[in-house]
Amino acid sequence: MAVVTADAMTNAPHTRGKSKMAARDLDLFYGDAQALFNVDLDVMEREVTALIGPSGCGKSTFLRCLNRMNDTIDGVTISGKVTLDDRDIYDKIIDVVQLRARIGMVFQKPNPFPKSIFDNVAYGPRIHGLVNSRDELDEIVMTSLEKAGLLKEVKDRLASPATGLSGGQQQRLCIARAVAVSPEVILMDEPCSALDPIATAKVEELIDELRSNYTIVIVTHSMQQAARVSQRTAFFHLGKLVEVGETDQIFTNPRDERTKGYITGRFG
Amino acid sequence: MSLTFLLLAVALLCALSFVFGRQRAIALSGGRFSNLHSLPVHYGTYTALWCGLPALALLIVWYALQGPVTNALVISDLPVEITSDPGQLSLAMNAISLIAADHGQHLDVAPEVVEAGNRLAILHTISNTALIVVLLCVALTGLSLSYRKIVADMRARNNVERIVRYLMIGCSAIAILSTVGIVFSLLFEALHFFSKVNPLEFLFGLEWSPQTAIRADQVASDGSFGMIPLFAGTLLITLIAMLVAVPIGLFSAIYMGEYASPMFRAWAKPALEILAGVPTVVYGFFAALTVAPFLRDTGATLGLSVSSESALAAGLVMGVMIIPFVSSLSDDVMSQVPQSLRDGSYGLGATKSETIRHVIFPAALPGIVGAILLAVSRAIGETMIVVMAAGLAANLTANPLQAVTTVTVQIVTLLVGDQEFDSAKTLSAFALGLVLFLVTLGLNVFALKFVQKYREKYD
Repeated sequence: MAVVTADAMTNAPHTRGKSKMAARDLDLFYGDAQALFNVDLDVMEREVTALIGPSGCGKSTFLRCLNRMNDTIDGVTISGKVTLDDRDIYDKIIDVVQLRARIGMVFQKPNPFPKSIFDNVAYGPRIHGLVNSRDELDEIVMTSLEKAGLLKEVKDRLASPATGLSGGQQQRLCIARAVAVSPEVILMDEPCSALDPIATAKVEELIDELRSNYTIVIVTHSMQQAARVSQRTAFFHLGKLVEVGETDQIFTNPRDERTKGYITGRFG
Repeated sequence: MSLTFLLLAVALLCALSFVFGRQRAIALSGGRFSNLHSLPVHYGTYTALWCGLPALALLIVWYALQGPVTNALVISDLPVEITSDPGQLSLAMNAISLIAADHGQHLDVAPEVVEAGNRLAILHTISNTALIVVLLCVALTGLSLSYRKIVADMRARNNVERIVRYLMIGCSAIAILSTVGIVFSLLFEALHFFSKVNPLEFLFGLEWSPQTAIRADQVASDGSFGMIPLFAGTLLITLIAMLVAVPIGLFSAIYMGEYASPMFRAWAKPALEILAGVPTVVYGFFAALTVAPFLRDTGATLGLSVSSESALAAGLVMGVMIIPFVSSLSDDVMSQVPQSLRDGSYGLGATKSETIRHVIFPAALPGIVGAILLAVSRAIGETMIVVMAAGLAANLTANPLQAVTTVTVQIVTLLVGDQEFDSAKTLSAFALGLVLFLVTLGLNVFALKFVQKYREKYD
């Protein structure tokens, strides 16, 4: 049984870091249709974990469980446990608003707000009251843009609308916007699927830099991307976690036939 | 021969030509429709259109020209003493058409006129008979010409589509030309008015009392035509209406769109839109018979003097009328804000109300402003409620408890009187109408531009 294999692997001692987030026995239903089966997965601190698998395999759904974005969809029921620093994030005492401030998210399509570049980045700090003065806010916006590698390109036009940026710049702005709240974990749902190869390369570079400060989970359709940016890779198939392990091992020596089939392009 | 008969005949010929055209196409195809360029039905339609449309065009032109032509023929035979005087001529023409229609037995008129009447009747008979012959000829010619043109590779489909396109152009032309016609009739009557009353006095005068003498020997005021009190009244009522409609409409739209469960929304939204289906006259008597007395009595207990026809009553009810307008339009624009923006905001840890206030509302703002402007132009043009509830007194006041009057109310009262039609009083209605038209047109154009300009940005 594949699930058992995956289970065994996640629990295997890991050489790097410690587990930042963990899913245990996670089942998810859209109404009556089950989309995730019994998923057990650990996300290691300050590493990039890539989730790969064919379309509809549940990797995005799983990602959205990690910051409770599925709460906004009607008819979703979840059982099992997801923890952040060993605390169950589905516990009633957890405030989802604060949770999402700790676990940021970057979406498939760049979605800057129809505001100025500055206001986009300042959005999170403002609603969470992270700053007491305009100077502090300026400071946060500048460092976030710097971290997202966007500051040089936009510093002369912070007041102009964010929707005027190119697709790649918009996506990096969205990353800056997520970083501005100082999250511990950043979830990325196919962040490069709407970008051209040059913009993709920039975002990948950025992900690699962010790894030193943040724990990152990225869903991707590109296996090259997973191989390039991630340290650990998890392969989903039909709602089940088939295999998870070191990225090198998954791509060079997969244990499951299905993983092998997928990464060599035989199905999916 | 009546028009109905002619139309039926043309319709019958069309049906026949459809069958003929289709049959010929089928015969040409030799049993395989793929041998034809188009489907048999296109060949049928093609012949039917060529049979019917020229005939219909002829019919319209004939009826448009028949009256003037026959009248001109009759007038040319009348003695000069009648034709030289326009008044006499118009009387004679009335008598002539009565005689021609066989209703003139009791008229006491000159023998020349009786003779002319009889002649007109004969001319009409000739014209009608000629029409039938010509019409049938045209229809049959159209039928046979188009029938002969049918060959296997004739592009009937494209031809039919081209004809249909011209028909559609014709329909839009009718819609546009009617608008132009209405505007010009307003414009000419208004210019007529401005030749009697100084435009500056009309635009900036502070007093409105259009009572002028009906006959030259009557003693009456000259009338003053300053439209400021009317526009002030209109704006006051519109303002009250918007104060009611904008917050209620907007908040209900936000609740319906963002918070309400699908179940609740499914019945609450149509229920709200029923408000839009209530006839304005019903709102009118609701305002006049329920709201206005209620306000007057409430005012009395509070020690305020509220006139029984107050701007407040009319404005409140008009506001209720406009609620669905504001709410469904702004609901539409807010639901068009992409889900990805909501996700982005939730993903940063924003609550629902923060997301609405900081992301959805600003993104939808242009559309909402457009909706409000459209609602304003609706309120300005609204007539029935204010006729029944606002009153006729042209007070220049900002006090909503007093009676005011509006542009639309004055237009109604000016035109239901029995004034002669070219008096300044009656003509002022056209000038008011023109100004009202320009204001609402300006608002609508501005609203649409505003919405368009910003819509592209957020899609």
